[in-house]
Amino acid sequence: MFRGFSFVPPNTKIDFIGMRGISFFVSALVMVLSLVAAQVYGLNFGIDFKGGTLIEISTKAPQADLATLRSTLNDLDLGEVQIQQFGEPNDVLIRIGEQDSEGAQQATVGKVKEALGDQVAEYRRIETVGATISTELIYMGTIAVVVAMGAILLYVWFRFEWQFAVAAIAALTHDVVSAIGLFCIFQLEFNLAALAAILTIIGYSLNDTVVVFDRIRENLRKYRKLPMADLIDLSINETLSRTTLTHFTTFLAVLALYLFGGKVIENFNIAMLWGIVVGAYSSIFVASPLLLVLGMRRDWGATATTKRAKSGSPVGV
Amino acid sequence: MLHFQRWKVVLILGVVIVGILCALPNVFPSKTVAELPDWLPHKQVNLGLDLQGGAHLLYEIDQQQLIDDWLGNIRGEVRGALRTARIGYTNLGVKPGQKQVSVRIRDGFDLDKAYDALSELAAPINQGAFGGMSGGKDLDVEQADNRQITLTITDAGLTQRMNGAIESSIETIRRRIDAFGTTEPSIQRQGADRILVQFPGIQDVQRLKGLINETGKLDFKLVDPAANAQEVAASKRPPAGDELVYSADEPPVPYVLKEDSLVSGESLVDSQPGFDGRTGEPIVTFRFDSTGAQRFARVTQENVGLPFAIVLDNKVISAPVIREPILGGSGQISGNFTVEEANDLAILLRSGALPAKLTPIEERTVGASLGADSIAAGKSAAIIALIAVAVFMVLAYGLFGLFADLALMINAVLIFAALSLIGATLTLPGIAGIVLVIGISVDSNVLIFERIREEVRSGKSPLAAIDAGYSRAMATIIDSNVTTLISTLVLFWLGSGPVRGFAVTLCIGILCSMFTAVTFSRMIVSFWLRWTRPQYVPI
Repeated sequence: MFRGFSFVPPNTKIDFIGMRGISFFVSALVMVLSLVAAQVYGLNFGIDFKGGTLIEISTKAPQADLATLRSTLNDLDLGEVQIQQFGEPNDVLIRIGEQDSEGAQQATVGKVKEALGDQVAEYRRIETVGATISTELIYMGTIAVVVAMGAILLYVWFRFEWQFAVAAIAALTHDVVSAIGLFCIFQLEFNLAALAAILTIIGYSLNDTVVVFDRIRENLRKYRKLPMADLIDLSINETLSRTTLTHFTTFLAVLALYLFGGKVIENFNIAMLWGIVVGAYSSIFVASPLLLVLGMRRDWGATATTKRAKSGSPVGV
Repeated sequence: MLHFQRWKVVLILGVVIVGILCALPNVFPSKTVAELPDWLPHKQVNLGLDLQGGAHLLYEIDQQQLIDDWLGNIRGEVRGALRTARIGYTNLGVKPGQKQVSVRIRDGFDLDKAYDALSELAAPINQGAFGGMSGGKDLDVEQADNRQITLTITDAGLTQRMNGAIESSIETIRRRIDAFGTTEPSIQRQGADRILVQFPGIQDVQRLKGLINETGKLDFKLVDPAANAQEVAASKRPPAGDELVYSADEPPVPYVLKEDSLVSGESLVDSQPGFDGRTGEPIVTFRFDSTGAQRFARVTQENVGLPFAIVLDNKVISAPVIREPILGGSGQISGNFTVEEANDLAILLRSGALPAKLTPIEERTVGASLGADSIAAGKSAAIIALIAVAVFMVLAYGLFGLFADLALMINAVLIFAALSLIGATLTLPGIAGIVLVIGISVDSNVLIFERIREEVRSGKSPLAAIDAGYSRAMATIIDSNVTTLISTLVLFWLGSGPVRGFAVTLCIGILCSMFTAVTFSRMIVSFWLRWTRPQYVPI
């Protein structure tokens, strides 16, 4: 009977901890680059966070004439106007900056419709977000990221020791900052969907940090004499097959979404794809070695066992 | 651990079968669903506006205007109360910044009497559902230095007024949209001062917005024949008791009107669009209630030959001359309307005025074709993701991969069943959530299978290895799912609209996967063990 193929051979022994010099350097470099990019280019906020109007049209002409559209709309004197092709050749996305007053904001769509007249076959999407809402969404978004990180910190602290929690949050920060750096460097539009992706990454990336941590704790109980560095390496290697496999299946699913799921949530998918890759990297190369740096103690495994025994949890033997 | 008691098997299979039945209606078009026998579930997943096309409009009620109007009323009441009590006063004024009306009593002897009279203006707060703030009044009446009395709006009073304003706005919007004849709008309150209006699959959003944006406050006012409108417009200083109002024309024409209104829109009982008998142009006819009719008859009698203005939301619609007294209590408004405009104006007048202006602060409209495209794209992405992940699982784990795939399919079915049962709304990000779950949910099985492999390598018998694999992976599965659930819950808590849809499907998907990947797949594996009694584990 077909047994299935072991993508990561058993008894793989990669010296991850030995590479920590390089990996810390790479991680630090990625972080610095991301922060620099955030300073230099800044995030390209979508209308959700910046206010303004977004209009998606399909033109009657099979090939949209962007230059003409641009000059027509620039004549309206609406301030910043961005025009870009979107998906099909006759699909165009128009972004208009926020107007001075809610009244002008309201009039914008009418003006655009009048100016474009019968060039447009269909208005596929019209979104207008006022300053009140965009300020609120920025606030909510920041709160959401902070609350999610805080809740996870508490959970990991509760389930493990504080060093685990600190290492996990460091890995998470690494993931989030690098994802934001990606958006800054390529000037991808950062909208609500992208924010949702960042929050999902926070949950998902932690997922396998926790799996590696679980194994480390288990091995602390099992191998009482093994040096810490070897023990962490062993734990990472033992869970390596699982880590790569689950990340691969999730990557496959999101890749399908990216390739076939349409343009509307494209930025969500890009952020997720990045988050899946960098999440796997950070649990192996950031969180686990960091545990060594923060100082692990041999008796953690023991305390964990007594804790479990007391609470009568059916887990582990 | 691998032995399942009969009742457990029945329970697990029961959940799966009920899940399949609940998810089933989503496969058929709604017409077929209607013909299904009664004992089968009929609920389908609701599609979000981004999938079926429609408009999402968020309005904020103008609290400052509400306060200003209220202060204006209080000033009128103070004037009336002091006049009735025959108390002399000066400096009756409004301080909008402090939400306050103040008045100075001329004679110190009257001060206590005046205070008593004005105190009666404060009404107790209705406690209603919020019983917490007991015994409060909507106004604070206080004596200050210099024989002054101030009336200040209290926070509780303002809250109560805002609540009332929101409720009546919702009613008014509903009447307007219903009169327009569109399909099932959803009009909900959001937070303290907002109203969310959603209508699916609407074509003429612009016109509907026009119906909501207008306050719809109608007044009949006399034109001041003594004033020269052009001069007043230049100086912006209307004579006392008058006000400067412009027409809705382009360019606007100025009018100088008497401040006090003859009759207001509140006295209207009906309003219909029609056509003028002589000219054939579209008009709006209206009818007053009996008191309104009497007042209108009296003022038109007194002012024959003078022009009066019909004012809607502080814009003059028309200013005809009163040719003869209008005694019957009905009349007509003409003002170069198109048929559509006349129709909309009639709806506005009929549905009554909004208590304050509603400002649109967020607006999202999706055309039907984009919605259909998104559904198609989401469907193909989901199917391709499902196939890709399923094939990969078989490659990685052979027969056990098939078990995991079965669990994966059941998971997809259960997600739809749960969405249908709780009446959740499926959005495009929601579909993304489902696809993501397809990738994530096999994780539990991966954890278990990897564990089984390790146990097999350490020399355990098939039964013992599988048993240990399932039970030892459990703690890790819970830990790893909880972290994802935490961030999903935060998203649900703080997200709005489509993003919330993502959180819902992701959350449901993860919870369902705990059942399918752990309980359901374990049962399948235990059946397989019992039937084949394998010598080795094909994993």
